[in-house]
Amino acid sequence: MLRNTDEGYGLVAIILHWLIALLIVGQLIVGLVMVRLDDQRLAFELIQWHKSFGFLTLVLVGMRIGWRLVGRSPHPLGTTRIERIAAQLGHASLYVLMVALPLTGWALVSSSELAIPTFAFYLVIVPHLPLERSVAAESWWAEVHEILAWVLVGLVAIHVAAALRHHFRLGDATLTRMLRPVHHRLDRTPRQS
Amino acid sequence: MTWRLAVLFLCLVLAPAAGAVSNLSDAAGRYSILNDRSTISFFVGQVGGGGINGRFADFSGAIRIDPSAVERSQVEIAIRPQTVFTGQSRVDEFLRSNAVFDVANAPVITFRSTSVRRTGDTTANVEGRLTARGHTLPETFSVELTDLDRSAIHFRVRGDIRRAPYGMDVGTPIYSNIVRFDMDFTARRN
Repeated sequence: MLRNTDEGYGLVAIILHWLIALLIVGQLIVGLVMVRLDDQRLAFELIQWHKSFGFLTLVLVGMRIGWRLVGRSPHPLGTTRIERIAAQLGHASLYVLMVALPLTGWALVSSSELAIPTFAFYLVIVPHLPLERSVAAESWWAEVHEILAWVLVGLVAIHVAAALRHHFRLGDATLTRMLRPVHHRLDRTPRQS
Repeated sequence: MTWRLAVLFLCLVLAPAAGAVSNLSDAAGRYSILNDRSTISFFVGQVGGGGINGRFADFSGAIRIDPSAVERSQVEIAIRPQTVFTGQSRVDEFLRSNAVFDVANAPVITFRSTSVRRTGDTTANVEGRLTARGHTLPETFSVELTDLDRSAIHFRVRGDIRRAPYGMDVGTPIYSNIVRFDMDFTARRN
């Protein structure tokens, strides 16, 4: 129920997948809105929430990678070799970006001359990374952060399109097995009789 | 021989200092604050240490020290928050915006004393009404007369103001609610 098998995902992987999915979509929307606001007060507050949720995402992604490394991943379903490679590349890129976006955000906050503290959820003080503080460094990291965010938008779109294709066109369980945790059927294990 | 020198030295060093600490009552008169010889600085602490130091460049004020009773003295100060300066233009813009001072709608911050309570020969607590962003609240500053001559007085004013009641709570609790003011004024006798 909790762990993955060769056929399906366990509850832990499913919960982490959807929590992080929700965070990514929310972070992309807040991130785009907060830098386009005239209301400075609202912008400041949204940026602080964006930072808090960014660190939460980083922690959850770390847990997810750890969980993936100690367990197994289900086999990809009903596709050609090319498609399987494409899927693996897509998933690997998603993982890279899920780590890179919070890290570049952290770098941008840390390299800003404004040195605004990160007080995640008003509970935890997150220290700044030891980076040079300058206007140039901050705008460089801001640009990298934004470009990677747009790449992530594209990857998420492909990921969603691929999941829908598997479900509606190919009619396999790729999408549904990310909704329902796999049941470990003990009676399936080969009997030694 | 050496102790005589020491005493002479002490007299030379301490005498002007003792003379400088003048009595508030001697300062009776009307004064205008000199903008270019005065500073209004403030500090807002932040979590994890450090904080924002800032100044207001443009302000004006008048002081009347009552000759018979220092308690009846009056102070009035007007600050233009448009002239806030922190050394970071983005912070200055943020402070001027609707997030903090909202200078477009509230161009002046005023303090008008209501009572003066002496706490020593050269010190007093000044209570008054501070108006910022359309909110008026009672506040207290401690004042110390630091120097006095025939034409001018110098004094240092300190006070902690909670910013939230003035509609300036943005950034709390990352940035402290308490704004620590430290002001040095030179005022010329009218």
